[in-house]
Amino acid sequence: MKNKKLNLVDFPILSRKYKTLLTTKHHSRKPYVAPNLNEIKSYIPGTIIKMKAKVGAKLKEGDIILIQEAMKMMNQIKMPFDGKIKEILVSEGERILKGHLMVIIE
Amino acid sequence: MSLKKNILDLRKRREKVQLGGGEKAIEKQMAMGKMTARSRILALLDDESFTEYDLFVEHEARDFGMDKKELHGDGVIIGTGTIYGDPVCIFAQDFTVAGGSLGLMHARKITKIMDHALKMRVPLIGINDSGGARIQEGVNSLAGYGEIFYRNTIASGVIPQISVILGPCAGGAVYSPALTDFVFVVDQISKMFITGPNVIKTVLGEEISMEELGGARVHAEITGNAHFFAESELECFDQIKNLISFIPWSNTKKAKVFPPREPKFKKNIEDIIPSDPKQPYDVRDVVRAIVDDSNFFEIQELFAPNIVIGFGRMNGQTIGFVANQPLYLAGVLDCDSSDKAARFIRYCDAFNIPIITLEDMPGYLPGVDQEHAGVIRHGAKVLYAYSEATVPKITVILRKAYGGGYIAMNSRHLGADFMFAWPTAEIAVMGPEGAANIIFKKEIEEAADPDAMRAEKVKEYIERFANPYVAAAKGYVDSVIEPSETRQMLLHAIEVSSNKIDARPEKKHGIPPF
Repeated sequence: MKNKKLNLVDFPILSRKYKTLLTTKHHSRKPYVAPNLNEIKSYIPGTIIKMKAKVGAKLKEGDIILIQEAMKMMNQIKMPFDGKIKEILVSEGERILKGHLMVIIE
Repeated sequence: MSLKKNILDLRKRREKVQLGGGEKAIEKQMAMGKMTARSRILALLDDESFTEYDLFVEHEARDFGMDKKELHGDGVIIGTGTIYGDPVCIFAQDFTVAGGSLGLMHARKITKIMDHALKMRVPLIGINDSGGARIQEGVNSLAGYGEIFYRNTIASGVIPQISVILGPCAGGAVYSPALTDFVFVVDQISKMFITGPNVIKTVLGEEISMEELGGARVHAEITGNAHFFAESELECFDQIKNLISFIPWSNTKKAKVFPPREPKFKKNIEDIIPSDPKQPYDVRDVVRAIVDDSNFFEIQELFAPNIVIGFGRMNGQTIGFVANQPLYLAGVLDCDSSDKAARFIRYCDAFNIPIITLEDMPGYLPGVDQEHAGVIRHGAKVLYAYSEATVPKITVILRKAYGGGYIAMNSRHLGADFMFAWPTAEIAVMGPEGAANIIFKKEIEEAADPDAMRAEKVKEYIERFANPYVAAAKGYVDSVIEPSETRQMLLHAIEVSSNKIDARPEKKHGIPPF
């Protein structure tokens, strides 16, 4: 048929490859990356109000690392488990997006 | 004599108020490439049919110096009229009056015409062109939105509700269109979003234009909030008129019946589909080969194109079509296509429109993004919608009907009234390669030449199972038909099911996987 005009690609579904077109939305998918539990990322966009911990500090699970303001709320970002602050990648007053890497712990 | 004076006075008042925000504001509106609210209504409705209500309504705001301002009609025009002779209720927000902002009386006019539409059981058309809530009226404008949303919901499934976005529609205002059945957008004119580019920039520091954030194309292609995309307002009005011709006035009526016509699509229906199940084709050609006059009115053409939905007529009667589209993403079901199909099926069911399903799909789209986006709950909507529907439900399996897709696409097991299959149909638990790999795993592994053994087993599986006859032997498929017989069989099925009664247990409402 009119395959020559169309930009058909091989599209695997289970064990078969189909000739088909892709959509813009399909093209703009983000590949999955397994989360690294040592990386503390922002779950909401906002502003870093206060750093409560310093690099090298040993903290217990539940201790507050920093305060991030988002949607008029002061969110406490806490340690997910007992550990040490390895690196701090944000500073007070910084405005960050969702998924921004803020702190690395170990 | 005094009577004439009164009449002249009325004319003068009308003339003044009908100008809305005045000539300067109208010029500004035109400069933006937009028609005025009044000219939109007149262009959409039949000539001389528009009857306006509440022309002399004035706003109620008293704070912030608003008491000194005149807002003609309070920024919205409401009334009744006809489209192709059928009555409709209509409102159009007037951007020339205080930016079409919604205050108490503005909302009260809209709810008045909504109540009227519901009571009279006629379609409601809302033309949205508004800067949003009138901040000076505070909680009164919020109340107004809430009362509109409530009525949208109560009227849902009773009368058709159509939203036309012809300007900004931002913040809370977007939820009225979102609650209605069909949303129309026009390129470069429609803008819809919850939080606009300014807020996004202030809060997040992200820069994006209105068009990229919530322009017509975004909603027609990416979000799926819009159902019809047009290049101009006039094209948009033609689309609305076309839609109105396909749908009934209310849920107790049937759509208007037109004189029957033969399809004019000349291509032989057998030649549309390649026999190799891996090769694509445009399933809309199959629809065109079946429907009256080959007139297929597609809905959400740009969004999730891997499934095709829309209206066509068979023997003059409106039919809803749902078809897998192998041309895009191999015709898989995914989150978006499931949403799209499920909502349309529920629309057809609510408004007494029989559904014909054309099936050719390899299964669900694999991938982490799909699983994490909730393809389980989205996919379940299709099962729910088909099972719940009591209108005549007819399926034609064209080629592939594998696994969960076979069940989902209006199978006998979900209550299909008629199941037809072409001889090219492959009704199986999965594609032959996958099935052979599992069933004959041991034989393939132990063979001296595993590849040859696999090929042989795949061939064996295709011969035994990748056909319509296993399902036909169980009565899951009623008839295996020649492609050229499709239209006749469908016409017959529709005729036979014209008095269909499918009783369901009484309930307040189901809990669909929203």
